Amino acid sequence: MMHDIPLAWMLALSATVFVIGVVGVLVRRNALVIFMSIELMLNAGNLAFVAFSRALGSLDGQVFVFFVMTVAAAEVAVGLAIIVNVFRLKETIYVDEINLLKG
Amino acid sequence: MLALIPALPLAAVAVNLILGDRLGRRGTAFLACGAVFASFVLAALSVIHLASLPPGARTMVADVYTWMRVGDFKVDVAFLLDPLSSVMVLVVTGVGFLIHLYSVGYMAHDASFRRFFLYLNLFMFAMLTLVLAKNFLVMFVGWEGVGLCSYLLIGFWMDRPSAARAGMKAFVVNRIGDFGFLLGMLTLFAWTGSLDYERVFAAAPIVFHPGTLAITFATLALLLGATGKSAQIPLYTWLPDAMEGPTPVSALIHAATMVTAGVYMVARCHILFTMAPFSLETVAVIGAATALFAATIGVAQNDIKRVLAYSTVSQLGYMFFACGVGAFGAGIFHLMTHAFFKALLFLGAGSVIHALSGEQDMRKMGGLASRLPWTHGVMLVACVAIAGIPPFAGFFSKDEILSAAFASGHYGVWVAGLLGAVLTAFYMFRLYFLTFRGSSRLTHEAEHHLHESPAVMVAPLVVLAALSVVGGFVGLPFQEGGRRLTTLEGGAALERWLAPVFGEGGAAGASHAVPHLSFTTEWALIAVSVAAAAFGIAMASRAYAKAAGEPIAEKAPRLYGLLEHKYWIDELYDTIAVRPIRALGDVLWRFWDEKIVDGTVNGVAYVVEWASAVLRVFQTGFVGTYALFLTLGVAALIAHYLVR
Amino acid sequence: MTLALFAAFAALLVGCSLMVILHRNPVASALFLVLAFCSLAGLYLLLHAEFVAMVQVIVYAGAIMVLFLFVIMYLNLRHDVEQGIAVAVRRGAGWILGILLLAETVAFFKGRWAEGPVSAPDLAPVAGNTQAIGQVLYTRYLFPFEITSVLLLVAMVGAVVIAKGRGPGLHPAAPAADAAADAKAAAPDHAGGEA
Repeated sequence: MMHDIPLAWMLALSATVFVIGVVGVLVRRNALVIFMSIELMLNAGNLAFVAFSRALGSLDGQVFVFFVMTVAAAEVAVGLAIIVNVFRLKETIYVDEINLLKG
Repeated sequence: MLALIPALPLAAVAVNLILGDRLGRRGTAFLACGAVFASFVLAALSVIHLASLPPGARTMVADVYTWMRVGDFKVDVAFLLDPLSSVMVLVVTGVGFLIHLYSVGYMAHDASFRRFFLYLNLFMFAMLTLVLAKNFLVMFVGWEGVGLCSYLLIGFWMDRPSAARAGMKAFVVNRIGDFGFLLGMLTLFAWTGSLDYERVFAAAPIVFHPGTLAITFATLALLLGATGKSAQIPLYTWLPDAMEGPTPVSALIHAATMVTAGVYMVARCHILFTMAPFSLETVAVIGAATALFAATIGVAQNDIKRVLAYSTVSQLGYMFFACGVGAFGAGIFHLMTHAFFKALLFLGAGSVIHALSGEQDMRKMGGLASRLPWTHGVMLVACVAIAGIPPFAGFFSKDEILSAAFASGHYGVWVAGLLGAVLTAFYMFRLYFLTFRGSSRLTHEAEHHLHESPAVMVAPLVVLAALSVVGGFVGLPFQEGGRRLTTLEGGAALERWLAPVFGEGGAAGASHAVPHLSFTTEWALIAVSVAAAAFGIAMASRAYAKAAGEPIAEKAPRLYGLLEHKYWIDELYDTIAVRPIRALGDVLWRFWDEKIVDGTVNGVAYVVEWASAVLRVFQTGFVGTYALFLTLGVAALIAHYLVR
Repeated sequence: MTLALFAAFAALLVGCSLMVILHRNPVASALFLVLAFCSLAGLYLLLHAEFVAMVQVIVYAGAIMVLFLFVIMYLNLRHDVEQGIAVAVRRGAGWILGILLLAETVAFFKGRWAEGPVSAPDLAPVAGNTQAIGQVLYTRYLFPFEITSVLLLVAMVGAVVIAKGRGPGLHPAAPAADAAADAKAAAPDHAGGEA
């Protein structure tokens, strides 16, 4: 390797991907796609972690990425189970047709 | 052990509340009476222990826990047994137990049997807290507690409008007195920085100069409290109305115990009162005036319980003026004997009322002596005792008060007291003759149901009658010069017992000791007071022994009318105090309460309702909308940081 | 060289991410997401985080995305229908907000971000990156690491309970059992892969 990428670039990339994830959550009505967008956001965070880990010369960031992945795996397992359940109940996974949160 | 004395009745209240009707009447009665009897036994044991201590060290203290601590100020829930409170605690538990026992028979047919004993036990708890308190605040708790129980018990038959009104009246009038008590208490606190008896009384001679405005104000405020609770002028009007309650309540609360709380409080604060001569004079004048004033009203009442009520007010007046002339020991002595014979009178009257199925008007009685032999016997004892015929209890205490008044140079007060004694004998025997002698004026129906009371009611009567006979011997009034009728040396037994509290001679401090009278003067005074009592009895006998009508009303109708209407005092209070306050209350209700207070509350509710109507728009239940708002918020936050 | 690689991976990442949220077909979205994750792994390699890069490919691009595809297929989803005024309004608002956030990010990087140190000295000069991470993970982070096992267990039980539904009733029981089995099968897989 000749030289490293500047930290700011990595962070800017991470921010960009994160914003794309946010927009995905906002504009899509398919719960599965929203889920994927959330995964995008998580990974944007991971990228920032690794970039900082590199810049600070510490391995803690990478360990955190490991934990984030664990949480993401758990989240996907539970989240997909919920989506399957909701689909059986409502015959749809479009979030604007599901307003179970209205008390 | 000391803390258990008030705690036992409270525990009985708790058990009564928890178990409720499952206890049954028998169980309730057993529980209530048993708790009070246990308290009495405990109190007696404590007093015996107290007596075994040397006279100078006769105090027992029980600290239960620290109630509050603010900076240097500290209040404990603590109890104190000294000779003064020992007399009170024995009277309260002893007479209280007898009246509990009597109530079992008297209230046997009442639907609210359980509630009655609940209140009665609660009252015992409050009263014992009052007399055993070690500081003013705990005393105030008991003070308010007995006021509450008094209210509850006066209005016990709350479906009667008159009872409900009487309860309210007693409560409101007592509040005026409590205000005074509170004011006095706070004044003492402001000057001495403590509420503990010991510390207040120790600090008082240092921080107050005798006769200054501060101590006079404090004692007068305390006196206002005492007049409220002990039904003295000007706050006596509630007590006669309190007769709407069940008769055992009248006997326990409105004759024997609660109404004496004011006297007890004045006696307890004797150090403060002796430092304020003006207050002490006021106590004497109020006491003497009440004694005479109430006695005159008692002459013209026809309700048997009202006669006794005015008699109570009058006798309490005697206790007050005993305190006022510096003879605190005599006041406590009269308090004790009065508890015996006045409880007896009320219970006897209750027995008569019970026998006549609720009739209270003496004009519809008469000739009951042979029909109710036991009741008649004990009532005769009680009447003789209160009239002051030796050797019954009332003679000793009343004579001691009168001779103390004479000895201390309060001749005006002495004359008033003597006149009161004549009237006392007169109205008591008027009651006796109208009720038990003469021809029967009973209605046919009452005649049919007439019966002597059951043993459970008669037994306490007999015990109280015995106490009314011998109760006076503990305070034989003979001083050094007199012949001692008892084997005890060094003055009367009760006086010696109270000496550690009040100092020698039953008065507080050497400077205020009642001067001792010469041997002849003392005997002359005794002769005068006995003659006064005998004169009153003779007058009553002449007027009422055979007459069917009302001789005073025939001879002096206007005077009789004035007395019968109690000098129109109730109407006067109604005009100058009750109505203006009601009018003010009306204005406050219609304007301040409805417009301002309710308006504020309603306004808040309206604003919340409006705001939530706006916010409701945002609660769609769609996740997407929420995410949108969330992101908007984040964007705004970032923008805020960027701009800053 | 590094710069060129970064530019390539970054472009791939952003492009794939955009396709994830833009494509109407969920299956295509999922596949683009796999590609995005792979390019992220490349970026990790550029940052000398070899272990994370490998795990990224195995766990994310492998296990998790397979689970996604499985559910998509199982629910038998077609192209998304995105029409109607309400949907359009929300889309518009979403895009505007996204652009606003991006603009704010740019402003942040231009105005507030001081250029920090480019990089620190090499982390693990002798042993590999994986060994270094293992050492940290099993010493300083041992307790959190063990806690994650509980987390995964809870997630597994939760997934089973949720997917099982409320017993027989509205729909045939067979799909529910399938879904539960999926979730059950998936969760231990990740745990195994990561540990």
